[in-house]
Amino acid sequence: MNPFTFGLRGEPDQRLDCSALVPHRLASLTEAEIARIPLNTTKQKITVGDVFRIRTGDLADIRFERGSERLDNVGEGLSGGSIRIDGPAGKAAGRNMVAGSLAVVGDAGPFAGSGLSGGRLEIGGDAGDFLGAPFPGEMQGVRGGLILVHGRAGRRAGDRMRRGIIVIERGAGDYAASRMIAGTMIVLGATGRLPAYLMRRGTLVLSESAALSPTFLPCGRFAFGFTAMLAQHLKRESRAAARLLKSAFERYAGDMAVTGKGEILVSAG
Amino acid sequence: MNIGGVDIDETFAEAFAMSGTAIVITGPTRRWALNSAMSMTGFATSVIGCGCEAGIDREMGIRETPDRRPGVRVVILSMSPEELQKQLANRLGQCVLTAAGSACFSGVEGTTRLRLGDAIRYFGDGWQISKRLDDGRHFWRVPVMDGEFLCEATTGLVTDAVGGGNLLIMGRSYDAALRAAEAAIDAMREVDDAIMPFPGGLVRSGSKIGGKYKGMIASTNDAYCPTLRGAVDSALDPSIGCVLEIVIDGLSESAVANAMRAGLRAVIKLGPKRGAVRVGAGNYGGELGPYKFHLKELVA
Repeated sequence: MNPFTFGLRGEPDQRLDCSALVPHRLASLTEAEIARIPLNTTKQKITVGDVFRIRTGDLADIRFERGSERLDNVGEGLSGGSIRIDGPAGKAAGRNMVAGSLAVVGDAGPFAGSGLSGGRLEIGGDAGDFLGAPFPGEMQGVRGGLILVHGRAGRRAGDRMRRGIIVIERGAGDYAASRMIAGTMIVLGATGRLPAYLMRRGTLVLSESAALSPTFLPCGRFAFGFTAMLAQHLKRESRAAARLLKSAFERYAGDMAVTGKGEILVSAG
Repeated sequence: MNIGGVDIDETFAEAFAMSGTAIVITGPTRRWALNSAMSMTGFATSVIGCGCEAGIDREMGIRETPDRRPGVRVVILSMSPEELQKQLANRLGQCVLTAAGSACFSGVEGTTRLRLGDAIRYFGDGWQISKRLDDGRHFWRVPVMDGEFLCEATTGLVTDAVGGGNLLIMGRSYDAALRAAEAAIDAMREVDDAIMPFPGGLVRSGSKIGGKYKGMIASTNDAYCPTLRGAVDSALDPSIGCVLEIVIDGLSESAVANAMRAGLRAVIKLGPKRGAVRVGAGNYGGELGPYKFHLKELVA
């Protein structure tokens, strides 16, 4: 069966809230009803039909033909099925996903995967700041599932991460894994200043050494069974991450400014 | 019935339902994986005196194990999930956690779970690390003096495991019976999900229920003791000089049947000149155990 397709007619005049365009919210609607769903975020009303050419198909397999950095909240609360954007996405793609898969072929805006608790978010390009992070006032970021970024992530990636796995293949900005509560984040490439700042528990794996806070203490060089096993788990998702995880690591315990029960593992080559 | 000169008794092995599980133990080398597995499955021959029956199901290559190190799959069974849990936790804590370089993983699926790492994580004294993967698997990393003990949090419970499958290998001489029994054991070890929990897979002290002394749960199976022929209601004709029993437990009825079939075929293949002249099986008249493995059907 063909995918259910939203073909973008042109660059939108305003940011659009696409949170309604997920399988479980569209399941009971007719094509006409879907076309009447409002997407506007300003007073100027814009509906799905105004922005997209709809081609009906399998609602468990939604496709956005062309993307735009103005398409916000794509895949919000996704609880099953798959969504693919053939281009960039705006802010908070995959926010609060529970299950299913969301693929952004291009870049994603800030807060991609915010609060994700299950499923798989793949970003083909770069991710903006606050990848997986909670919105202001929320206590936890990513709580499960997998986020895979083939490009680079901005600042504060994995902020307040609680569980799950984040893989970033081409580096991260400052304060990666800040305030991490638990979980595992893997960064290949250069990482900005003070990674894992105020980390409580959890694991940040780095392929390159970074400017660590002095509140991270060196423990020595080890080959971990867990990273070897994680390499097997991730080898289909990211061969580069799998290769990294097979190496030995210098372990740094911290952040001693808080509980000190987290760790940064820096590849020992 | 006689096949290739080996008499196959027209009888059946009577077996019982048990609770079972399997775990995978890995180590830095095959030697250390085996050290841990053998320790864990030591003193686990019979639920009567050991609380569980356990054995090595098979060795695993580095391409099969979760952490790509040499491994051993261990099967462990007991009479109830509660007793199985107790035995699992004790043996994990004393024999796997303590083994140099070991790691431990679930070895069988199951919606009902037994605590594995969950049962011993507090050994980490607050430094244990929980890791939950997006496929649902959950692990504990417990710091130990040689690095970390990696252990999956739970393993599957198999409630329809089967214990008590058996073969009685009878030979004219001790050497012939032992040769046949060893051939059977070698063949049965190729069967997945089945273990032979006694030393080397063999029992020389087969038992009957009860005895003349008060409080005895089991006593020697006098009908199959060649030295008592003539003194008791013996099951042995004058040609039998030695009987060795193989007890088989499995995670399924088919695993036990497959192991018994493999053993029977190996004994028949060896033949009566060098091996056994007769194969029988033990039962309680068919009234106690729900599983019956008829020898005739297994060799048909």
